[in-house]
Amino acid sequence: MNIYVYLLRRTLYIIPVILGVTFLIFILFNIVAGDPTPLLLGRHATVEQIAELHHQLGLDKPLYAQYFDIVKSAFTFDFGRSWATKQEISQMIIKGAGPSLSITLPAFFIATIMSVIISLVASYYRGGKIDIVVRFCCIAGQSISSMAYILFFQKILAFKFGWFEISGYEFGFPEMIPFILLPIIIDIVLSVGPDVRFYRTVILDEIYQDYVRTARAKGLSELVILFKHVLKNAMIPIITYVIIQLPFLILGALLLESFFSIPGLGGITLNALNSSDFPVIKAMAVLSAVAYIIFSLLTDILYTVVDPRVRLK
Amino acid sequence: MTTLAQTQSAPPVVTKAPNKSLWKDAFFRLAKDKVALASLAVVVLYSLVAVLVSLGIIASDWAKEVGPSYTAPNGDFWMGTDIFGRDVFKKIIVGTQVAMSVGLVASLIAIPIGVFLGAIAGYYGGIVDEIVVWFYTTFSSIPSIMLLISFTFILGKGITSVYIALGLTSWVSLARLIRGEVMKHKEREYVQAAGAIGGGHFRKLFLHILPNVNHIIIINTSLQFQTAIKTEVILSFLGLGVQDKPSWGTMIDDSKLELARDVWWQLAGATMAMFFIVLAFNILGDALRDALDPKLKGK
Repeated sequence: MNIYVYLLRRTLYIIPVILGVTFLIFILFNIVAGDPTPLLLGRHATVEQIAELHHQLGLDKPLYAQYFDIVKSAFTFDFGRSWATKQEISQMIIKGAGPSLSITLPAFFIATIMSVIISLVASYYRGGKIDIVVRFCCIAGQSISSMAYILFFQKILAFKFGWFEISGYEFGFPEMIPFILLPIIIDIVLSVGPDVRFYRTVILDEIYQDYVRTARAKGLSELVILFKHVLKNAMIPIITYVIIQLPFLILGALLLESFFSIPGLGGITLNALNSSDFPVIKAMAVLSAVAYIIFSLLTDILYTVVDPRVRLK
Repeated sequence: MTTLAQTQSAPPVVTKAPNKSLWKDAFFRLAKDKVALASLAVVVLYSLVAVLVSLGIIASDWAKEVGPSYTAPNGDFWMGTDIFGRDVFKKIIVGTQVAMSVGLVASLIAIPIGVFLGAIAGYYGGIVDEIVVWFYTTFSSIPSIMLLISFTFILGKGITSVYIALGLTSWVSLARLIRGEVMKHKEREYVQAAGAIGGGHFRKLFLHILPNVNHIIIINTSLQFQTAIKTEVILSFLGLGVQDKPSWGTMIDDSKLELARDVWWQLAGATMAMFFIVLAFNILGDALRDALDPKLKGK
């Protein structure tokens, strides 16, 4: 298949996927969820009040129009207003993205570099003691509940030793640092385990390839093979893995934000959950899905550009 | 190297290679791996505890006040007591039943959906494949934590919602794997042979191909099980999960306030209980993959 035809097809494919995602959200929130008015008005609402609220929320429209509203919001990002705070949801999202990114972005950056280095070292000593220790630490680390990490670090490092702020957030660059350091550290600890496991598998997949044997036969040292040959080839799955995680950075770390009272998107989602704020949850679902769809499209395009083997299919 | 002449003159050699079936072979490989066996033992132990709790034989009196509030772990109460003077150890036992049941029910929902959709997509290809792929791309496009939150939020709080939410979100990876594997198998000779002697599509797919790919179901379930347990803890922690029973998640949620008073045993107990079972499933999943994956044979 011609590469341009493939890219065009792949790009157009996001249309049915967005229609599908919005339909799923529509089924969940507008059909399965039922009428939200008793939740909002209490049990003693009059018929007029209910009708007025229905009109305000757009629930008196026919179903296809309600579905169309969701599809529209996936493109315009106009999600209406929050039921709880009455703010524009798009404004809330813009305001919440900053605090979320201030934690997830540095954490993601450091964790990725650390993980690649650790997994290269583990692959270099594959089967040896270091490799076994690394693997065991990763699996064991992943088996501890993330909440336990957060509670433990918060209690020991912030509360007992007083090295960091226990919770809260301040906007502005130098002011935010004492608040974001501990969440960043915890975020790194949480992501290194699964990352190392993935990167190690990717690198080991490459190590048994023929070109590595050729390189060894040429007399290259194991280090040169690892960094010059294996890492370059392993870069493709590594980059894919990195890109596909990017949309989740905007969403923020749900639990971390809730524990440290950080006003990011994760915190907004949890607040909405506690106050039964339908439109906000719906908006976050639509937003995260659209972000995911766009970033997986980017990955596929990148794949085609980087890896000539994909084009042959 | 054998020349043509040699092959013709030599009597047919019957290979004496061990003719074990995949499952027998896998069992022997697994049995050699001590760590994997220990993990299997942990899984069996937790399952047993879960069954005994479900039957009401142990820990049915977890809600009873047995001592003063916040007693530190001692000889009588191995894990101390909580704010209402209830035995934390018994709460952990009941939490085990909740966690294991979530893993089990979620798998029971996810496996049939994943296997069926993956199998028909891989086997029929064409438009069926397009639709199934579109369907699971749609499902996987919403980050699973958002989908889980939406599901539990809409279906109402409680354990049933967690079952359904987890079941309906975890079939995608299985469908993907089964689809790929069935695609590889459908052109193989044994399937053609089955077709040649008059086997229909249904027979070829469900009686011939599926038995050859079902090791994927086992490996995937082992890994999904621990994801389900971890997710149940998070959902219960967020207040979306179990309401009328202790769960590891609600215990960790309680300990948020307890830690300020240096009450650490509820957090430690729930974390440890979860640690061993998740670790066991992780190791077991990896070991099963090594034992069952024919590609890794002999490595």
